[in-house]
Amino acid sequence: MKFAVVVFPGSNGDHDAYYAPTHVLGEQAEFIWHKDTSLRGADVVLLPGGFSHGDYLRTGAIARFSPIMPAVKAFADAGGPVLGICNGFQILLECGLLPGAMLRNRDVKFHCEFVGVRVDRTDTPFTAAAREGQVLRLPIAHGEGNYYAPPDVLDELERNGRVVFRYANAAGETTDQANPNGSLHNIAGICSAGRNVVGMMPHPERACELAVGSADGLVVLQSVVQALAKRGALHASA
Amino acid sequence: MKARVFVTLKPSVFDPQGHTIAEALHSLGYGSVADVRQGKFFELDLGAASPAEATRLATEVADRVLANPVIESFRVELNETA
Repeated sequence: MKFAVVVFPGSNGDHDAYYAPTHVLGEQAEFIWHKDTSLRGADVVLLPGGFSHGDYLRTGAIARFSPIMPAVKAFADAGGPVLGICNGFQILLECGLLPGAMLRNRDVKFHCEFVGVRVDRTDTPFTAAAREGQVLRLPIAHGEGNYYAPPDVLDELERNGRVVFRYANAAGETTDQANPNGSLHNIAGICSAGRNVVGMMPHPERACELAVGSADGLVVLQSVVQALAKRGALHASA
Repeated sequence: MKARVFVTLKPSVFDPQGHTIAEALHSLGYGSVADVRQGKFFELDLGAASPAEATRLATEVADRVLANPVIESFRVELNETA
């Protein structure tokens, strides 16, 4: 099976997103430049972290208009698994594949640190191999990870189990102290109504080997490999 | 014809930057500044567009790109000096 890692000008998490599925999991991956219009038969799409277009205007605001995005949207609409990590999550929010928006971290500081991330739902392709309630130790590196959605949207997300990850302490409690950026309801990641599009601010792809401090992120990628193996590889033609 | 677009966070959205600026002003002795909200200002040079066309175009651009309607609202002003 093949992972597509979309590269925008200013993406810097693309190599980590490529390394994890290939070197750690032994799967295939391919870089797709943002100006391409085809995902070339990928089974999974990763939108990596970084600072696409320098975060100019708003994070992800310009990347959402990239030529590759209609193909990403079609892939998502057809049920293909899409994971937006950090800036990738911001791009998914800006293009409307996920609801809500990101604000500046409440303390106006860039947070680069390990945090606890609780898996609240295992019924997405990216959490299928995790345990509900499992707390992953993952790195974050963001200045705008303060998730916001208007009250009615937030209610809908909660009611429909679309909050996939929450910031939590080691005991799994979603305290304010465990929340690095002020995200509403300690939200660290959400999914689309179809559950195949997931956005998360923490970096699972940067926590796939103990040598870098945590291998807790591996389960996110293992999940999608497992989910697709069960389903039979999904080839999205573009 | 130049159009000016002012983009601000919706009142219901917490503005960490504005809050930080207000705190900074307070520490400088400007205690009478009750609150600060930070926004964005864009100036669009729309060439020879008529006022009506300039307003329409600026509004469309503001709604589609310059502002994020989930968290921001905007207003458009025209500046007739070329």
